[in-house]
Amino acid sequence: MATIAFLLNGTPQRCSVSPDTSILTLLREHLAQTGTKEGCASGDCGTCTVAIGEPTAGTQRFTSANACITPAHQLQGRHLVTVEGLSEKGHLHPAQEAMIECHGSQCGFCTPGIVMSLFTLHNDLTQRPSPLTPERLEAALGGNLCRCTGYRPIRDAALLMNDIAYQRPLWFDASQPASKSDSQTTETAEPASFFAQPTSLATLTQLRQAAPQARLVAGGTDLWLEITQRLATFDQLIDVSRVAELLTIEEALFENQTGWWIGAGMTYTQLEPLFEANFPAFAHLLHRLGSQQIRNRGTLGGNIANASPIGDTPPVLLALCAQIELASVTGKRCLALEDFFLDYKKTALAADEVISRIFVPQPVEGCQLRVWKLSKRREDDISALLGAFSYRIEQGSLRDVRIAFGGMAAIPKRAQAVETALEGCTISVEAFRAAQQALENDFQPMSDVRGSQHYRQQAAKNLLERLYISLSAPDHEVMLHAYAH
Amino acid sequence: MRTLTKLDGDSSRARRELHDHIQGAGPLARHTVDSKGMRQAGSASFHESAEKHVTGKAAYIDDLAVPADALHVALGLSPVAHGTLTQLDLGKVKEALGVVDVITFHEVPGHTDIGPVFPGDPIFVDQEISYAGQCLFAVAATSLQAARRAVKLATISIDEQPASLDPVAATEREEFVRPTHVQTRGDWQQALDQAEQIVEGELFVGGQEHFYLEGQACVVHPTEDEGVIVHTSNQHPSETQKLVAEVLDIPFHAVTVEVRRMGGGFGGKETQASPWACIAAIIARRTGKTVRLRLPRSEDMRATGKRHPFHNRYRLAIDAEGVIQGGEITVIGDCGYSPDLSDAIVDRAMFHADNAYSLGDAQVVGHRTKTHTASNTAFRGFGGPQGMMIIEAAMDDIARQIGEDPLTVRKRNFYRDGREMTHYGQQVDQRQLLHTLVETLESDSDYWARRKEVSDFNATSPVIKKGLALTPVKFGISFTAQHLNQAGALLHVYTDGSVMINHGGTEMGQGLHTKICQVVARELGLDLEKVRITATRTDKVPNTSPTAASSGADLNGMAARDAASKLRERLFDFAAVHFAEGLDREGMRLEEGMLVAGIGESERRIPWGELVQTAYLNRISLSAKGFYATPLIHYDRSIGQGRPFYYFAFGAAVAEVSVDTLSGEYQVDRVDILHDVGDSLNPAIDIGQVEGGFIQGMGWLTSEELKWNDKGVLVSDGPATYKIPTFGDLPPIFNVALLEGHPNSMASLYRSKAVGEPPFMLGMCVWSALRDALSSLTDYAISPHLDTPATPERVMLAANAIRKKAL
Repeated sequence: MATIAFLLNGTPQRCSVSPDTSILTLLREHLAQTGTKEGCASGDCGTCTVAIGEPTAGTQRFTSANACITPAHQLQGRHLVTVEGLSEKGHLHPAQEAMIECHGSQCGFCTPGIVMSLFTLHNDLTQRPSPLTPERLEAALGGNLCRCTGYRPIRDAALLMNDIAYQRPLWFDASQPASKSDSQTTETAEPASFFAQPTSLATLTQLRQAAPQARLVAGGTDLWLEITQRLATFDQLIDVSRVAELLTIEEALFENQTGWWIGAGMTYTQLEPLFEANFPAFAHLLHRLGSQQIRNRGTLGGNIANASPIGDTPPVLLALCAQIELASVTGKRCLALEDFFLDYKKTALAADEVISRIFVPQPVEGCQLRVWKLSKRREDDISALLGAFSYRIEQGSLRDVRIAFGGMAAIPKRAQAVETALEGCTISVEAFRAAQQALENDFQPMSDVRGSQHYRQQAAKNLLERLYISLSAPDHEVMLHAYAH
Repeated sequence: MRTLTKLDGDSSRARRELHDHIQGAGPLARHTVDSKGMRQAGSASFHESAEKHVTGKAAYIDDLAVPADALHVALGLSPVAHGTLTQLDLGKVKEALGVVDVITFHEVPGHTDIGPVFPGDPIFVDQEISYAGQCLFAVAATSLQAARRAVKLATISIDEQPASLDPVAATEREEFVRPTHVQTRGDWQQALDQAEQIVEGELFVGGQEHFYLEGQACVVHPTEDEGVIVHTSNQHPSETQKLVAEVLDIPFHAVTVEVRRMGGGFGGKETQASPWACIAAIIARRTGKTVRLRLPRSEDMRATGKRHPFHNRYRLAIDAEGVIQGGEITVIGDCGYSPDLSDAIVDRAMFHADNAYSLGDAQVVGHRTKTHTASNTAFRGFGGPQGMMIIEAAMDDIARQIGEDPLTVRKRNFYRDGREMTHYGQQVDQRQLLHTLVETLESDSDYWARRKEVSDFNATSPVIKKGLALTPVKFGISFTAQHLNQAGALLHVYTDGSVMINHGGTEMGQGLHTKICQVVARELGLDLEKVRITATRTDKVPNTSPTAASSGADLNGMAARDAASKLRERLFDFAAVHFAEGLDREGMRLEEGMLVAGIGESERRIPWGELVQTAYLNRISLSAKGFYATPLIHYDRSIGQGRPFYYFAFGAAVAEVSVDTLSGEYQVDRVDILHDVGDSLNPAIDIGQVEGGFIQGMGWLTSEELKWNDKGVLVSDGPATYKIPTFGDLPPIFNVALLEGHPNSMASLYRSKAVGEPPFMLGMCVWSALRDALSSLTDYAISPHLDTPATPERVMLAANAIRKKAL
């Protein structure tokens, strides 16, 4: 058991939790706070949404999270706000008042989660006033399923709440309980069981070497499913989310290329500004990766380490020629990302290593990036397949063609035969027909719950057709507004 | 820049518009305007639990406090779809940490078959396993984690046999859970023989997971007698009471079932909430402890039935104008392994195979086919949507065959004077209302101008294609099992004048309790705040029907009204003799918290509180019970003819979609809805039902795909793989209105109409619009086949078959 100190709705709390306790379990079972509901226990429905505050320049910045898959110990030194905390002395928060006013609840079960997503949006808007665009609304609410209302009244509530007068309670910005300096290993009653929250890479690699069987956790957005869905127990857990070196973005020169070293612990939300500025297509993909709650927690390093064939960022990173840095107590090594993925869920990561950083080269002049994700639902869905296309056009010919797909093989994988078929070619029917043929050499996809083998093969070919049309007839619309960027 | 909602990214304008809505200047004005001021039936009162919802104070089953020694139950489910259980070794399970009790088929003291209408649902597997997810045993432990971990220690041996998963093949082998039913009107064979033209087609209509956000859950307390008190998330408390009593082999009066609210039901808790209550009750009686049972999401999805998938076929004779002369329709409902409610569900599919169109001389055949999946069950629309889909497919097909716009063909086929009789012998009332409603929507939605815009757009856009479609809904209201069309209510007035109403209906978010309170407030002339409703309990109102078939307000509202008017008349009788000589008994009324009575030329006003106090002191009963049974309805299954429905509810919707014919992705650009609720009981709640029903119906036909592997195991068993609509699926332009000025022609509750299910089928317009967009690839010559759900995969493959390729 580890002891954590945090604020719950402005009140200091000290709790003992086992390493594999989620915030939802902590709230409902240890603290008898049942306002936060469990809908799926897999981070897909948003019913258990809570807000986690970190001090930023004197005020609290609250981000939404799915309590069901967020490790309770990560609350250490943080401020947890739940639906029970929003109303004070009978005064409802504008998010709550607007939901009532707009008839935004029917069965009411998803409502606390929706209210909490609205709360984080409201807090953002009041602290950093900016236009409430449709995209922002969709990002804020896309991770909250409602089976009753059809969302119209919830949209209205989101628009209305900012017109409701509101006095921000002082406790929102209450000071934090003292954070432990470098929270080292918390030994538990049984020595075989421990939970560690290192703050430096040196400590992390030492811990890693000492306990290679321990699981690493960053956002927990995938790992925690092993607990909630497969009933796994984690006796030994190393939390990488506070390791300073993993939380940086650094512009640098590496192997004669300018680019960015991105800390493996950076969340998707934290990466958004960098990608918006330099890789708009990648940024757009992030909007469709999980939900806001997931993007606030999930990390780039986690997405890579997980090595899922349907992870969203690896194909893009492959098309961008990303490098990966692995660290251990003996030092660091770098390898091309494509050499990292070995086989289904098998990677080149050694037992004593951690992923420390990812290098993404700056695109060369004229380089284009297209990222196309296909899924059943536009928001908060996992790819059936994802194609990432990087190229430039020099005197009418395709150059530096790098194409990678997710969902088409056991690993995120480059389409080398397709690349070869297109490299140096003019944009012609013949070249792209050859590329479609070559695709069959690159991939023999499988059928699963997200799509049939036939669909995946045909859809991947159609993405090449889309690329051809967009290059040969740029005036034609080849994408829907909702999907385009 | 992507445009997700038609707010143009201009939030100030959007907010202005919204403000207008709320202030009363916009089209949604009436749902929110002045809502705090209007307090009785017909007004847009807030949901009675709204404030509790938004503050997290509304308690659901898993939020109920239980004693520290309460037990938590986890279930052992069959991993295979079909076979014989040869060994179930639970030795290690029983020894596991925290385990207190383990039960199987052999520990059930009473009935072991808990089939709700017909037998066929064993509470636990004895020997024969009929679906993957079927319950083999239950473990009770001191914590849920301990119980779930113990389940994994069981040794299960099964002699696995091939699973029957193809309902069409099973139909050919005549493997049915109930006999086939046929409805025939006129000489349909002759109509086909003499047809000018024949159109035919078939369609697979997928099932649907309820995805109530609160999963199946119950808490059972043992009582000091031989019985139990059951708290359950449940649409049919009386049936659960009966089944729990039978399973425990105790009288019904030893079982009390309570339902305060559900976190969504949609039909999924009509019959399929009972098994868990039965299991928990057995353990509660065996151990003497409170027992909590809540299914984790993936087990909920595997263990419980869904909306029936259907395979439908039609063969219709049409004239040159595309008007149906007659023909045949066959619907095959995939019932899963047992009857459950499938007889009535396939019947309802048959009753709605005409939707809003006269079939002429027609035969409709409905098969109830057995497969090795969970027993499919009630889901909003109850087979009606699946039945309607085949005739809507036919309408599009006819339009392409004769080269007319699908809307033109639909309108020509509407029930009208001279073509007013359904294939099951019920005359369609309010025929003109359907025409009026569709014509109004056609004009308000600018259908024909947009039809031209869509064609013009498609002519110059090779990849992105737009589609437009208007589909109507005519939905029959009443339980088709006649005896269920009854309801009771219990009204108490306390001596401070506060009022308590209970009735047999359950609250699952549809606003039933709010409406019932409004009815009582209206009947007693009181402010809504004076009237409170508490949990539905079998010891308050007995022998109730399920809250289903959209009937909640129709039936229970009438019963509540009956109770309130009985009490009111009793108070009038008392007042007439007590307060003053010469009070006009006939002209008495209750309004604004007063009894108002004429006395000579003047008026006497007696405050409600005083009236009630005085009545009490004079020993007048302040409690009343109400009852209602729907008149007129009957249906003779032996001949397939009758009047199964008290009335029909109507509606229509127009969808405009854009389809990416390369990827199969699509977006719904605009939806316009006009829906008939008679005189609305609560416009805000009714609009909520219309919008929510539409989105749920759209999800059913688009992104919600159930997938089983070839062994019959459900692989779409959570929200990661089963995709219900989310916020971004809300159409950016979504105009929703209730048809006004058309009260119900039947004497329903204040001339209102049921609203729970009918709007679900408005979602069909999205599917039809997708087909319209695909059809444009062939200049509307071909009516493309598009099974449902029309996932991007299905849309892409349909487009690929007919589009011109750039490569």
